[in-house]
Amino acid sequence: MLPLFVIIPLSVAFIISLIGRFYKRTGDILANLASLSLLILSISSLSAHHIGSVSVSVYKVGGWGGFPPLGIYMVLDGLARFMLITLNLVSALVALYSINYMEKYTSKYKFYILFMLMLAGMNGVIITGDMFNLFVFLEIASIASYALVAFGTESEELEASFKYAIMGSVSSSFILLGIGLLYSYTSSLNMADISAVLAEKGYSNIVAFISVLFLMGFGLKAALVPFHAWLPDAHPSAPAPISAMLSGVLIKVLGIYALTRIFFSVIGVGHIVLSLLMFLGALSMIVGVFLAIGQWDFKRLLAYHSISQIGYVILGLSLATPLGILGGLFHLFNHSVFKSLLFLNSGAVVYSTGTRDLQKMSGLKEKMPVTANTSLIASMSIAGIPPFNGFWSKLIIIMACIQANRLGYAFWAVLGSILTLASFMKVQRYAFFGKIKAGLKEVKEVPAMMRLVMVILSIICLVGGVVIIPQFNQVFLKPAVDILLIGKQYANAVLGAIP
Amino acid sequence: MSKMKQDQAGMTLIVKTITRLTVGLILLYGIYIVLHGHLTPGGGFPGGVIIALSFIHLMLAFGKETALKKLDQIRASLFESAGAIMFLSIASLGFVGGYFFLNFIGKGRPFNLFSAGTIPLCNIAICLKVGAGLFLIFVTLVVLSKMEER
Repeated sequence: MLPLFVIIPLSVAFIISLIGRFYKRTGDILANLASLSLLILSISSLSAHHIGSVSVSVYKVGGWGGFPPLGIYMVLDGLARFMLITLNLVSALVALYSINYMEKYTSKYKFYILFMLMLAGMNGVIITGDMFNLFVFLEIASIASYALVAFGTESEELEASFKYAIMGSVSSSFILLGIGLLYSYTSSLNMADISAVLAEKGYSNIVAFISVLFLMGFGLKAALVPFHAWLPDAHPSAPAPISAMLSGVLIKVLGIYALTRIFFSVIGVGHIVLSLLMFLGALSMIVGVFLAIGQWDFKRLLAYHSISQIGYVILGLSLATPLGILGGLFHLFNHSVFKSLLFLNSGAVVYSTGTRDLQKMSGLKEKMPVTANTSLIASMSIAGIPPFNGFWSKLIIIMACIQANRLGYAFWAVLGSILTLASFMKVQRYAFFGKIKAGLKEVKEVPAMMRLVMVILSIICLVGGVVIIPQFNQVFLKPAVDILLIGKQYANAVLGAIP
Repeated sequence: MSKMKQDQAGMTLIVKTITRLTVGLILLYGIYIVLHGHLTPGGGFPGGVIIALSFIHLMLAFGKETALKKLDQIRASLFESAGAIMFLSIASLGFVGGYFFLNFIGKGRPFNLFSAGTIPLCNIAICLKVGAGLFLIFVTLVVLSKMEER
């Protein structure tokens, strides 16, 4: 049933584009049904997992006989399950939120078409076991996201989208060049097969060059610091639900997931790549938060924080110890929950007041209690205050740094967390607390659907810490950690699982 | 629009005459490339591009209105979505044999026109999608540049 993750969103996208013009509600209904069924499918994929073993299932597209390099394979392993649940959880809630939020835009059905295409692309990236398929799905998701950033078609949005499209195309070219070189070196496009061939052929300079290309390409998609310039323009310009998708999951699926999958499972991580990634992660962590703290635009501030939090994830993963990878992946999940909640909060503020400028708002708590309280929870999560989920993942990352004897990085992680707290105290102080401004007396709370989504996400923030207790950890996080820990043994696991 | 004004739209008489003679052949050649996609070089994508080019040719020679009368934006967009859905359904029909994208129709003798199972059908679907999509991109560019001039 693995192809369903791609079939459902793709077919819904095209059905909406066929009949959405004539029936106004098709987009709302079909997109929500699709994203909900994807969430159910991804959660039910967990049950196939057997505790304590690395379980990998492989699907042959087209039923081709023989072994790789023949045929195209889809692979579902622990990491893919974890990413699918994260992605489809956020996307299902965002689709629900869009029903009310997108009312103010014309041709809402086009929004759902692009949204579903983006979802299909991201699901495809996660489940594919083939290098070139990865590139194709990555382009589907990226191109849909360029169009979604420009959805408002104001000059500012078009400019941001253009910049994003240029940077995105540059990164895609790096990735394509890397895939091409890898294909010419190994004569295979299947990830597991490439990994096996590389292990056989040994290390060579071309592999180092390919690693650099992938680091640049996926680093751009993940917005690591030297490659981050597009993100603070692109993410705030999109409509709020899309900002939530872009910051919440897109940079993680196209950037971090693809990066870790290729480096840990296919090429194999050496000491150099790991220390490079660790340095870039710490740099993003600090630079992102310093740039964020001076922002007065609500959504732009959140976008800079995405860069900073991505740094935490990369830092945790690149420690390559069990605890570090656990912390990194856990923070990835938590960040996608609280960052999408924060973007939806900012969307609710824009919906009611029409402004994103923090200096123009004040005392909104009085008029918009649900938005204010949920954003308080999300702010405390991202700043790492116990008992919210962000605290646990940051704690694990810092503990892993200390355990790996990287005390410097542990210090930067703590500093980044304190600065994050400072900048979110600023958000709370200016937007929600204090006396209400004269011009904002007429402000109303947002519609019920939007409130419901924000409340659900804040509940996940509140109880997200339970994922770390052994019973949940064993089915949700640990299989993902195991897949990354076995490294290049991934090849044997996949090749052995071919039916 | 009056007959007079329509005559003035587009390019000179020479171009219009040549276009009238060649546009059908271009369309036919595109269809040939699509239908022989599984036998000769080419296939759905190049064939779709050639078919779109025949409509674009019409638009360049006779002006926007003439071409849009043959194929307007809404119908082109419907064709595009239909092509995509058709491709996806052919792929999903593979589930009758147990696999996504399974080539479930008899393959026939090699180098016959009716052979290769679902591949010619896929080519037709791709042709619809690519042809209509490329035509729509061109129309959009034309409409936007017209808006700029105003």
